[in-house]
Amino acid sequence: MKRTFLQRCAAAPHLVWCALFIIAPLFFVAYYAFTDSSGAFSTENIQRFFTAEYLSILLNSVCLALIATVVCLIIAYPLAYIISRMGDKGQRMMMLLIMIPLWMNFLITTYSWMTILQDTGIINSILSFFGLGTLNMINTPGAIVVGMVFCYLPYMVLPIYSVMAGIDKSLLEASRDLGCGTLGQLTGVIMPMSVSGVVSGITMVFVPSISTFYISQKLGGGKIQLIGDSIESQFISYNNYHFGAALSLVLMILILISTAIMNYFTDEDEKGREKRDTQRRALK
Amino acid sequence: MKKILTFAAVLTALAAIMIFASGCSGSDDELYVYNWGEYISDGSEGSLDVISEFEDYYYELTGRTITVHYTTYPSNEDMYAKISAGTSSYDVIFPSDYMIERMISEGLLQSINIEEVCESYGVECNYQYIDDMYRGLFFDEDGEYSIPYTYGMVGIIYNTTMVDEADVEELLSDEDSTGWELLWNEKYSGKILQFNNSRDGFATAQYMLGIDVNSTLESDWRTALDKLLEQKPLVQSYVMDEIFNKMESGEAAIGVYYAGDYFTMLENNENLAFYYPSPTNVFVDCMCIPAESENPEIAALFINYMLSEEIAVANAEAIYYASPNSLVYTNEDYIEYMGEEAMEVLYPEGYNFSEELNAYAYRNLDSETLEVVSSLWEELKISGGMSFSVYVVFGVIAVVIIAAIAAVVVRKKKRERNY
Repeated sequence: MKRTFLQRCAAAPHLVWCALFIIAPLFFVAYYAFTDSSGAFSTENIQRFFTAEYLSILLNSVCLALIATVVCLIIAYPLAYIISRMGDKGQRMMMLLIMIPLWMNFLITTYSWMTILQDTGIINSILSFFGLGTLNMINTPGAIVVGMVFCYLPYMVLPIYSVMAGIDKSLLEASRDLGCGTLGQLTGVIMPMSVSGVVSGITMVFVPSISTFYISQKLGGGKIQLIGDSIESQFISYNNYHFGAALSLVLMILILISTAIMNYFTDEDEKGREKRDTQRRALK
Repeated sequence: MKKILTFAAVLTALAAIMIFASGCSGSDDELYVYNWGEYISDGSEGSLDVISEFEDYYYELTGRTITVHYTTYPSNEDMYAKISAGTSSYDVIFPSDYMIERMISEGLLQSINIEEVCESYGVECNYQYIDDMYRGLFFDEDGEYSIPYTYGMVGIIYNTTMVDEADVEELLSDEDSTGWELLWNEKYSGKILQFNNSRDGFATAQYMLGIDVNSTLESDWRTALDKLLEQKPLVQSYVMDEIFNKMESGEAAIGVYYAGDYFTMLENNENLAFYYPSPTNVFVDCMCIPAESENPEIAALFINYMLSEEIAVANAEAIYYASPNSLVYTNEDYIEYMGEEAMEVLYPEGYNFSEELNAYAYRNLDSETLEVVSSLWEELKISGGMSFSVYVVFGVIAVVIIAAIAAVVVRKKKRERNY
């Protein structure tokens, strides 16, 4: 499609924005990652990432982020399904309830979780009031996962919900007419059609979870180092921009690869279906 | 379309308001002050609002209006990152000793001609009230670039309802112990807070073991790391500002922090007590003028104002850090306000400040040593952090995902075969 001059002009601010705030910073990250403090080319920073210390930090981050993502998915999928089945008013109400935590700064919500989970916190005060003893919840990997799930759950619910709400009602009716039960309808129609929402939900939860640093510091008590903490401390405490940039760059590439793998499978699935459809049409 | 236009109009209007609000403050002069968070008397809880007082003072003195833009930073390194980037235009900053040394060597500070400036404005120069003991310190021997604002030492805070007084007394009376040993006492396992900052964290072990905190030998840092690894199972969490919450609520029994902050905590939990290990870290925070400052005269006037009796006392009472200003520590109202215990803790008798500072203050480390320190600190953080069950859950999820991918592939193959 050919664009008119006016259309091009309308797109210009967006292009400038992209160039200034996305492309240029990426270039700087790459530049810092591949230079040493004297400005000469060096792969030392990248190599330092692939030492036992940082690989195990990365493993820890991947572990916790993946667990948080799966927990989010398990909570969000049924929730999105239920909401999409509600009446208009109910849907709006539920959306509002899901959005409200996003209006609060996540630093504050994380700090609040600290006071909820700690040994003298709200949950433990209630437990000990009833003589049930106390649970050690804060400063554990579990607490970090709770923090991640709480912060990023809306990002899982919203895309799944919007895909589900967009499913053509007549398809659901058709599946009923053809003898599908509720379960059959869910697995045969809704699930395959909501894959794209799930994929974007997973990306939107996994990526911020893997690079978080505030949550792990407050809820993990600083005892569990995640890759985000390492990056932050390289910039803030050690003033080593080169290694910090190298850590970010490798992390970015890893995320890119995992997203690409995920998209490969979902795309293939859809392509397969398209192929099948065209073949069927040809048969007719 | 109409909606979009309205939206665009609103956005433009907002942008315009913001530009006007920031661009034209409508005053003759401007001053940019960049300070630590909660490090000045800011008018809260009935204290003196030093910034607006200065604006009035400046107007009375010169007949010109001034707007002071006051912003804060959480650490020396944050401030350094901003100043060294050269994109800001701050006029007064409050760096600590080792950071001043570094900034001077990198040419980021300009000399302060406070006496000349005071003369030209016709006001009394308050620099004379800074005690000699706090002048010409190692980071700025001629006192050209820095004017001391506060100083202090790191000490150990403990909750008297949770910690046995006898343990503390034993440590303090024992000649061989430094006082840091309390942080390694297994009796208080899970109730100990350690610094979440490599320099301060390592220093606790280094002071205890008698290692130089500014050592450039990797082996020295490794020895300290071993000590910290030994401590890790006992540590509840590694904290910075969270210590206020955790000590005040009784979540933790023992913590290590700055003397001034102890009194802030004490206000909210009277069961807390404090002592200095020996040796311990000493620091001075000074007022400096960055080289990029466009108003060094006004900045110097501001610094002089900060040293004047009423203002300096208000600041010292608000932030609880010790002041090197004799107008403050001899002021009777101040002594009464702080109380006997606080005066003893903040201004320990017979404490040879400059000697201690020279021996135990942090110095600027070269980048190779910093790299070693950062790697070792990560090593501390990795060890034993995650329990085995987390990896099991992760393994199960990974297997499920791989199985799901395999299922998708198989189904796709089947479909291709069928059609």
